[in-house]
Amino acid sequence: MNMKTRSNWLTYTVVIFLAALFLFPIFWIVLSSFKSGSEMFRFPPTFLPEKFTLDNYRNAFQKGNFGRYFFNSALVSVLSTILTVIINTMAGYAFAKYKFKGSNVLFIFFIATLMLPLEVLMIPIFHVVKFFKMYNTFAGIIIPPAATPTGVFLLRQYFLSVPNELIESARVDGASETRIFFSIMLPIAKPAMSVLAIFSFMWRWNDFMWPLLVIRDVDKYTVQLALANFSGQFSVDWNSLIAMSVVSVIPVLIVFLLFQKQFVQGMVTSGMKE
Amino acid sequence: MKKIKKKKGITSLEMKLFPYLLILPNLFIFAAFIAVPALFGAYFSLNKWSGMSAPVFVGLDNYVRAFHDVKFWQSFGRTLVYVLISLPFIMGIPLFLANLMIKEIRAKGMFRALFYWPSMISYIIVGISFKFMFGDNTGIINYLLSLMGKAKVEWLTQGTTAMFVVILATIWARTGFYMVTYISGLQSIPLSYYEAAEVDGASPIQGFFKITLPLLKPTTFLVLILSFIDLFKAYGLVLALTKGGPGTSTKFVVQYIYEAAFDGKREMGYASALSMILLVVMATFTLLQFKANKGGEIE
Repeated sequence: MNMKTRSNWLTYTVVIFLAALFLFPIFWIVLSSFKSGSEMFRFPPTFLPEKFTLDNYRNAFQKGNFGRYFFNSALVSVLSTILTVIINTMAGYAFAKYKFKGSNVLFIFFIATLMLPLEVLMIPIFHVVKFFKMYNTFAGIIIPPAATPTGVFLLRQYFLSVPNELIESARVDGASETRIFFSIMLPIAKPAMSVLAIFSFMWRWNDFMWPLLVIRDVDKYTVQLALANFSGQFSVDWNSLIAMSVVSVIPVLIVFLLFQKQFVQGMVTSGMKE
Repeated sequence: MKKIKKKKGITSLEMKLFPYLLILPNLFIFAAFIAVPALFGAYFSLNKWSGMSAPVFVGLDNYVRAFHDVKFWQSFGRTLVYVLISLPFIMGIPLFLANLMIKEIRAKGMFRALFYWPSMISYIIVGISFKFMFGDNTGIINYLLSLMGKAKVEWLTQGTTAMFVVILATIWARTGFYMVTYISGLQSIPLSYYEAAEVDGASPIQGFFKITLPLLKPTTFLVLILSFIDLFKAYGLVLALTKGGPGTSTKFVVQYIYEAAFDGKREMGYASALSMILLVVMATFTLLQFKANKGGEIE
């Protein structure tokens, strides 16, 4: 008993210490965002904001045009997520429940695309996007990244666990394939679809490479693209930048808090990599 | 199945076509934006091309040039250093945390969430945050050092320390994700194994090395592959944090290729050849790891 209590104490001490270490950067950025322009750079720094102010946030939205980038990001992430869930569910269902000519080859092809990250194809992709007249359009960052091998794989695995008898008996009853998919399979697949939706939203919201390649006009910048640009400027406006960084994390945080269980239990998370 | 086919001709036709319709949108996007670009990339790499005028076929010239491009191989070497130093931490720390997080502790869910948080933050924001904290004159880290009586460090203006900050930021940003991956692996190990080992008088440490590690091999392998590829293509984080600097001391291979293609001289053909080299190297590493780990199977 004694040893167990001691090892318990040790565990808690280690966990709390590490948690504090992990939270510190977030904590510090959020605190700093409420400090006035000069206080943010005082040395030695103040811990809590001396004078709590929302100026940084106000400036970011009024002067920095941050609202625009925020809107662009939201639009792109939501539309791309909807598209992702629809087409990946369709493909996942086909691979799980139909034997068709070339299904194995096609499935391997789908999964193999995981091995070709955007980073090694950026030059030809840039030209293909141009060819499709998608350069400098939202379509260019909504449509191409919507097909994800991970999503197809996730949905396929899920549909594999759905008994075939369900489909067979619906067929005997005379239901068409389309009808079976829409009115029987889609409702069953909701849990897997929502997991994919969560991750897809996070991927698209945080994505930097696609917007970097596709978007040219500052008006069409997403949050990540805008912030990357601001942080690279010669004289960085840290006050706005820190405030914008904090705001940019909020949508993902909301999604996380809504679906915390799915995220943290590690049920489906293993290998959820774009 | 067979019966239905015989009875209804329409159903069988529908059944044949329907799966193709289902995969069509995905297939089109994969083909248009991954397969075709991969082929184009291979073709571009054999041309001298600025992206504007017609490409000029030059055979293997770009590859010969790449072979002699000292700056490219330097950035390649830097990337390797970054990957090889980061990997043990990015595999070890999440494993350690995951082992703590499957114990019967209070507020387990909250702690898991806290550790997971940073991995939901985009690389750009991670870069900005670390740049802010590691600032030379007013950064909080230098202040904390001064409290401990240590001298200021010019973190991001020296090559070695800049690399250190990049690695630290990477570890911070990825730990939560891999922790969750490990947790799902650990949960699949039956508790009875540990109970049996305890009855036989094995210590928890023995249990970890004799039970946990061997049975966790598939997960460890997954983490290895995912983190390796993720690290090797690092770009956004470095861009926001150091911009590849100071000088070129944190300029990694993807940034080098991006700049060759899209900044300055816009050497699309040459940059395509560099991309191909990167692709081959990454694929080779992945395959080697597959072989060495036998695909992560448990022996």
